[in-house]
Amino acid sequence: MKQSIFEIRSQIALTDNVYKMVLAGDTSAITAPGQFVNIRLEGFFLRRPISVCDYDNATLTIIYKVVGHGTELMSRMEPGQQLDILTGLGNGYDLSLAGDRPVLLGGGVGVPPMYRLAKDLAAQGKGVCVILGFNTAREVFYEEEFKALGCNVQVTTVDGSYGTPGFVTTPLAEMDYSYFYTCGPEPMLKAVYKASKTSGQMSFEERMGCGFGACMGCSCKTLTGYKRICKDGPVMRKEEILWKA
Amino acid sequence: MESLSVNLCGIRLDNPVIPASGTFGYGYEYAELYDINELGTFSFKGTTKEPRFGNPTPRIAECPGGMINAVGLQNPGVEKVISHELPLLKQCFHKPVMANVSGFSVEDYAYTCEKLDKEEQVGWLEVNVSCPNVHGGGMSFGTQPEAAAEVTRAVKAVTTKPVIIKLSPNVTDIVAIAKACEEAGADGISLINTMLGMRIDLRTRKPVIANKMGGFSGPAIFPVAVRMVYQVAHAVNIPVVGMGGVSSAEDVIEMMLAGATAVEVGAANLVNPYICRDIIRELPRTMEKYGIQNLSDIIGGVK
Repeated sequence: MKQSIFEIRSQIALTDNVYKMVLAGDTSAITAPGQFVNIRLEGFFLRRPISVCDYDNATLTIIYKVVGHGTELMSRMEPGQQLDILTGLGNGYDLSLAGDRPVLLGGGVGVPPMYRLAKDLAAQGKGVCVILGFNTAREVFYEEEFKALGCNVQVTTVDGSYGTPGFVTTPLAEMDYSYFYTCGPEPMLKAVYKASKTSGQMSFEERMGCGFGACMGCSCKTLTGYKRICKDGPVMRKEEILWKA
Repeated sequence: MESLSVNLCGIRLDNPVIPASGTFGYGYEYAELYDINELGTFSFKGTTKEPRFGNPTPRIAECPGGMINAVGLQNPGVEKVISHELPLLKQCFHKPVMANVSGFSVEDYAYTCEKLDKEEQVGWLEVNVSCPNVHGGGMSFGTQPEAAAEVTRAVKAVTTKPVIIKLSPNVTDIVAIAKACEEAGADGISLINTMLGMRIDLRTRKPVIANKMGGFSGPAIFPVAVRMVYQVAHAVNIPVVGMGGVSSAEDVIEMMLAGATAVEVGAANLVNPYICRDIIRELPRTMEKYGIQNLSDIIGGVK
């Protein structure tokens, strides 16, 4: 984990309420796809945990949805403005278990962390399949970006207004894959858990206090003991998950 | 050269800054970031007789100027704290540590304190009779003078190290409770624990926190904490550890002027993990600004 100041390079709206922000700063603490950063915002007490979409030696890309006053403030920020960010938080995905044909399933704002994961797996020569799930055509983003990585990309919409009608589990049922990685809302994770034919990893969300394992605000029970979503997660293996009653 | 050192119940602290229990784990998350031996000491995660998972999530809600938590004393239980956490802590922290203890019966408190009292690294026992997040325990001992005194007597009977009783602000007369603890043999008082609070999500029309209510902390409660530290410090003859919304070197000095011998920093650690180190490094300059030579001289300076 590292605390440092980042400067906003660019910000664009990808949909009505999803924004992509590119920041310049020290990314040396980021070690794996699926990690997150925790952003301090003027006028708000707690930081905002946001998943990492992509990064290189000097820049960080995040994609976030406006869900409250904090992210609303972020969406109005301009290039040149600075942000105090904790980087390198969480465990991230373990790529070593992917096999030859991993499938990546992202739902809504669960899509962004899949991007760097797909990039790294593609760079290892894996045949990466990606299923991106959204509610409706207007919410779809990053389809072309995943295709540009050389992935086999399918998009689903719940209302059928774009791509395959249904959920991410609809195309998954027809697919042959070696392992799965997923991130999205909990009902989607549960559906993937049930529908998946292989082992895999899923990233969880929870309201956090600190984001670095100190406050026990985001604890959950797993089959391998109590875990902190922020520090021992957010990525859990399918075999250890214990769903809340 | 300014002197930051203070004496807390017979043990010298290099400086009065103490990360508060529940915001600093057992130290090692922060030891990855900086040398935590810069701290005066720290109060480790509230420990109970049995292991506890705590409350369901969500456990956290944000507020203007602070946050609400309802963690519910998640901890591995005293046996595992002694066998697993303290050896890890010993590797990164070489000063006496403050052991924070909670319980659900007078016997629980005595059992856990007796065990921790025997640990070499433990300098003080901070007995939490004020957790707002557990039912049938915690705070219920801190809201009645006689119940707080009973816990104090039971713990004092089985321990040798200084016993500091941590009080709740969610009471009508905190001075009466502090005095009852002093009469029962407490070596110090720490205050304030969090204030009972609640937030509601307008979209779901449900409480944000699964446990409905939780402990409100952060800069917003600082004035309440200063007032209560002032009231208690002027009513008892034992040292008072002040806490509640402290987030700067100036806040530390204000707390000490109100009567605190040492000062705990809680919620601020969760937002800026370096805050305690930053406050300690800032203190000499702030002391110079306000003409303070020795921090220990200003304790209770406001009459």
